[in-house]
Order: sequence, then C-alpha cells, then structure tokens
Amino acid sequence: MSAAASQKVAFRERTTRALRDSNLQQAMGKARGGFIEKRLEAMAALPEFDETRDAARDIKDHVLANLDGYLELYEQKVIENGGQVHWARTAEEACQIVADICREANAQVVTKGKSMVSEEMHLNSVLEAAGLKVVETDLGEYIVQLAGETPSHIIAPAVHKTREQITELFHEHHSKLGYTDRVTQREALVNEARSVLRGTFVTADVGITGANFLVAETGANIIVTNEGNGDLTSSLPRVHIVTAGIEKVIPSLDDLSVLLRVLARSATGQEMSAYTSLYSGPRQDTDSEGPEAYHVVLLDNGRSTMLGGDYRPMLRCIRCGACLNHCPVYSAIGGHAYGWVYSGPMGSVLTPLLNGFDDSVDLPNACTLNGRCKAVCPVRIPLSDLLLKHRLEQYRRRLTPLFGRFLVRAWAWVATRPRLYQGLMALPLWLMHRRGRRRGALEHIPFAGGWTDSRDFPTPAGRSFIRQWHSRKGKS
Amino acid sequence: MNSDKIKTSTQVGLFVTCLADLIRPQIGFAAVALLEHAGCTVRVPRNQTCCGQPALNSGDSVSTIAIAKTVIKTFAQDDYVIAPSGSCVDTICHKYPELFHNDALWAGRARALAAKTWELTSFLVEVMELQQVEATYDGVCSYHDSCSGLRELGIHDQPRQLLASVVGLELKEMNENNVCCGFGGLFSVKYPDISTRMVSNKCANIGHSGVDTLLGGDLGCLLNIAGRLRREGAPVRVFHVAEVLAGMTDGPAIGEGESGS
Ligand code: SF4
Repeated sequence: MSAAASQKVAFRERTTRALRDSNLQQAMGKARGGFIEKRLEAMAALPEFDETRDAARDIKDHVLANLDGYLELYEQKVIENGGQVHWARTAEEACQIVADICREANAQVVTKGKSMVSEEMHLNSVLEAAGLKVVETDLGEYIVQLAGETPSHIIAPAVHKTREQITELFHEHHSKLGYTDRVTQREALVNEARSVLRGTFVTADVGITGANFLVAETGANIIVTNEGNGDLTSSLPRVHIVTAGIEKVIPSLDDLSVLLRVLARSATGQEMSAYTSLYSGPRQDTDSEGPEAYHVVLLDNGRSTMLGGDYRPMLRCIRCGACLNHCPVYSAIGGHAYGWVYSGPMGSVLTPLLNGFDDSVDLPNACTLNGRCKAVCPVRIPLSDLLLKHRLEQYRRRLTPLFGRFLVRAWAWVATRPRLYQGLMALPLWLMHRRGRRRGALEHIPFAGGWTDSRDFPTPAGRSFIRQWHSRKGKS
Repeated sequence: MNSDKIKTSTQVGLFVTCLADLIRPQIGFAAVALLEHAGCTVRVPRNQTCCGQPALNSGDSVSTIAIAKTVIKTFAQDDYVIAPSGSCVDTICHKYPELFHNDALWAGRARALAAKTWELTSFLVEVMELQQVEATYDGVCSYHDSCSGLRELGIHDQPRQLLASVVGLELKEMNENNVCCGFGGLFSVKYPDISTRMVSNKCANIGHSGVDTLLGGDLGCLLNIAGRLRREGAPVRVFHVAEVLAGMTDGPAIGEGESGS
C-alpha cells in the first residue's frame, strides 16, 4: 500500500471513530452554536467590521510582499532590546535550538503558554526526551496534556472534551495532590487547575510561549489570552523563549491595533481578549521582574516556499479559528480526525503545504466547498478556493485513485458529446425509473452504495428534460 | 407596465443542468414557464449536458476545460443564459474564467458567458423585475439556502420575494438555514458518513421548524435532503422553488411515489 493509500484508510478510520464517539459529538454540538452566535453579535456591534477585515488583509499582504525586510528589522530591534533571534528552517532545527537553550540554562522545569508552532514542532516530546519536565499552562492545553492528547482546535485545544470528561481527568490526576473532591463547575475546574499550576510557575526555569504577532518597529511579541497564563509563563522563569512562524511579523503598533480588532471578534466574539501582553526582551536594569534571557525562535518549515506560489494568501492566517468554528465538516468530526496539528479548513489547506501532499490526500477532498470558511475569515483567505486548487494539484500529481480519475475522464468525454450522452443515459434512466416509480425513491443504486446506506435516492423521471422538450417541439 | 415591450423581447437560453435534466425534468419545464411568464423568449439548446462541476471538483482541469468549451459554444448566441441552480451558475460565472487564465481567447469567451449567465430566481427578480407569480401552494415551507448560490451569488431574498406572492404559502425559516446540507456532489458518495451526519443535522432543523415542505434552488441539495428525510420517514415534501413558483406541484414531490406517498 502506498503512503497515500494508507493515509486514506487512516483518515476514514479516524472520521468513523469520531462520528461514533458520543462524548466528542456532544462536546462539538455544544461548542458549535456558541462561537457562531458570539461572532455575529460582535460583528453587529462593529459596523465597520468588513472594512476592518479589508484593512487587516491589506496589512498582511503588504508584509508578505516585503517579508525579508520586516524580518530583518524585527531581528535588529530584538537584538537592540537585549534578546536573540534564532532562525530555523525545519521543525527539527527549531526543536534543537530550544533544547540547546534549555540545556545551557541548566533547566529542569519548563512551563509553556499556548503555541501552535510548538505543536507543529512536536516540541514537548523532544524536551521530555531530553529529560525536562514540561508543563502546559493554558487550561485547554493543560487538559489535553493530562489526557495524553494533542489540541483539537487552534484556539480551544480541548473543545472535543465534555465537562464530565474533564472532571474525571482532573480527579484522576489531582486526587494524589490532595484535591479529592470531584469538581464539575467551569469556574471550579479553572481554579483547581490554577492552584495545581501555581507551584510549577515559580519553579520553572524556562517559559515558552507562542506569538500572535511580532512587531517589527519595536521588536515586541504580542500574546492574546483569556487566562493570563502567558504572563506568568513569560515573566517568572529565568529564560523566556518565543516560538513563532516567520509570517507572524507585522510592521507597526498601528497595524497591531487593526489586527486585534478582527482577531478576538472572529475567534471568540469578544471585543478584545482578556489579556493582550507585549514582551520586548529580557529584564532591564530598571525592571523589577522579567526573564534574564529572551530568545525568539522563528520557524520557516515550508512557509517561504508558500510565499512564492499560489498559496501565499494562506500565510495571512492569524489563527483565529473562525473557519473551524463555521465548518460543518470540522463540527462533525472534530480536529483530531484531520491527523495533524492544524485542522478544519485552514488545516486542510496548510497541512499538505507544510507536511507534504502525499500524506494528506483526503483533507482537501473531505469538504463540500460550501465556502462558509471563506465567508468568515477575518483576513479574507479564499479557503475553499485554495482547497479546490489543492485538488487540481493532486490530480496533476496523480495522487488520487486511478480508477476515479479514469471514470471522471470517461464521463467528461461523453459529456462533451451531447447526443451520445443523451443516448447513453436513456436506458439507465428508464430502468431506474421502472424500478423506483411506485415508491418514488430507490433504496439502493449501483456504484453509490455510500449514498444509499443512509439515504434513499429519488427516482429519476423516465425521460430526460432535453429529450422530452425536443420531442414535444418536434411534434408541435 | 410600460417596460413590457422591451421585456417581451428578452431572449434567454436555458441551461437546465444535468441533475434536473436527468432526474427531475419538471424543473426545466417550470423554469421555461416562469421565464415566459416574465416575458422572455426561451431557447433550449439540445447540445447541453453538464457544467463540469464533477470534473472540476475532482481536480481534472483538462476535462473541465473541454466541458466548459462545449457550454460556451452552445450558448454563444443567447442574450442571457439561465440555470435553475446556484452552484452551476457559480461554476460558469466564477470558475470558467479562471480555467482559461493561460488562454486569452477562451478567457474572453468565458467572461462573456459569465457576464450573461444568471441563476433563475435572481434573474427573474433583478433583471426581469418580476414582482409576483401566479401560483397557489397550500403549505408551510422552509427555504434551504444552497451554499454557492448564497455565498458566491448573493441569492437569499430573491426566491423568498417571489414565494411571498404564492397564494396559500407560508414561509417559515428554520435554524441554520445557511449551513451546508452535506451534498457537495461527489463528496456525498466519497465521504458518505460525514455527509450523512451533515444531512441528518439539516433534517433535524427541518423537523424542529415544524414545516411540511422544504424548498430550495439546487436539485443536488434537494435530492440529498429528500433522500434522507425519506429514509428517516419524515413526512416533509420537497420541491425545487421553480416548481412551486410555476404552480407545478400537483404531481409527486421529490422522492415521492406515483401514489403520492
Ligand atoms: S484561515 Fe482565516 S478564519 Fe481560519 S484561522 Fe486563519 S485567519 Fe482565522
């Protein structure tokens, strides 16, 4: 079996499992409506939302057209502020850089804020293999870490879990720490996690966070959270490491304010996230707190290749999660079914580009091209068009099954010969009509068992419209 | 109406779409009746099959280009081209021109076709300025907004505006009426279990709305929804909006038997 074929089986198995997982279905069903309604309310409260989206798109496009320049400026500013910038071409290189920094700092405990790039790097497993204790401090990330899983959503890592599952998970892991009561309320769960984590924050040697934006004019790194865990992760340990993709840089603080206006509204429907923190480097003489050392690891991992091609708009993504929240496929199968860190529409576009076309053949195809993702994206990424582009690329690379490609070609050959097409269709139509006429629908049709396993197929009329029309016209 | 003179001379070519052609010809007859009622002269070219979406969505640009050229040639002479489907019109209007980005001659022809191609209800309302139809339907209906029509062509108010003039018809919106029904052409055959979950959600929303009829502007979605409603045993009738607007609802609805069950 080729790699592509095995991935295909795997994707189908994962979706089947997800569709049968009642906890997942319950959790996803609950999350679905909330995100969508809140975004609608936030949009209604900002009449110039659409203009702001245009402005956000233009800022990102401008950066991408001048990326080298802005990255250089950003690096220069970070150095001026006393920090260091490291460039990583691949995920492995990035992990190595982070591991080296930890080793040089004689670190034992690492706390982490939410960073999808560190997930993309599989950083936790690399650091753990190096003997470090890694603790996720974002509540959602903490939950999936306890469960031994990966995030299933870029902004809500544990969205696939029900509250009951979280209660049990906490009980299992926290009772040995003295938290013997089962807590069920959201607030109480948050407090319990905070109280468990508090000890870790002070003992951590290194704090690793992601970045929502990197501001070139000041060298600042911006993190938006609703929990404030980012602040404790970045300012308490001796060393602060930021992991970010190279596309995160933006020119100025003015641009930042535009992007922040669309980010939280699109993500959670908030006007602003609860905490928007700026970090500019290590502690200065006049500061009372802050890390002694500040490192930024900038990851390429396929991004610069995207820059020169048709998929460049995807680099505008600000990881708001709106496309996931509005995707009916994502909502049906959850994030893990996608098989890699990024899921939903943005994941289906990104994964083949960052992780290889051959191993992700299903992703662009498991989509109805309904375009809701494209309609909600705050930076106007034409997600569904890019998914269609992937399909064209797959066809060119012959990644899709040969038989399917042959059938489409053969059908198209006939479809460009209308008389032949009408002649060939006549008999099957008549037969299907004969079989299903009384009932009005067929319970099984050949070659489309998947359809009729769960649906009837409405019976065709016995003769096509074109034939009926032209024989009527002929007679009259 | 003083513009009647101009409108009687409006010439249109009907692109009936492959699904309506093969499975539900009545949609084609309904479209012709509505267009003629609005004052159009309708031509139904024999040289038509499909817009090529199955090939395009399978990534086969060579086949899609061949089909697109056939469609472009077939309708070259018409003043307008009308189809009773948002998704086929989206393909013609937005996908064809892009297919020919390396071929200036055909790109020009594709753009010319795109400029004169309209989805049926939006053409009736926006170009023919049709305000009302002469039809009766006794039922409470919900309207399913098909994805391409809604998001790529902005079709939302037009069918509802015409439906408002149908005597006896009450329109009641259901929850999530703008969410995909899970059809997606070959998607529904390639990924049937995901598709089934999506169409089941759709049917649940239809059920909660308490309507007795579901309408829509794309037969693909309607086949999917009607097929699932039938399998669930839900007593909801499904029609293409053109059938209701043209008063062609005496026979079986989509998926109903000749006995009317
Ligand atoms: S693709 Fe757009 S909608 Fe999706 S996460 Fe990125 S910015 Fe948000």
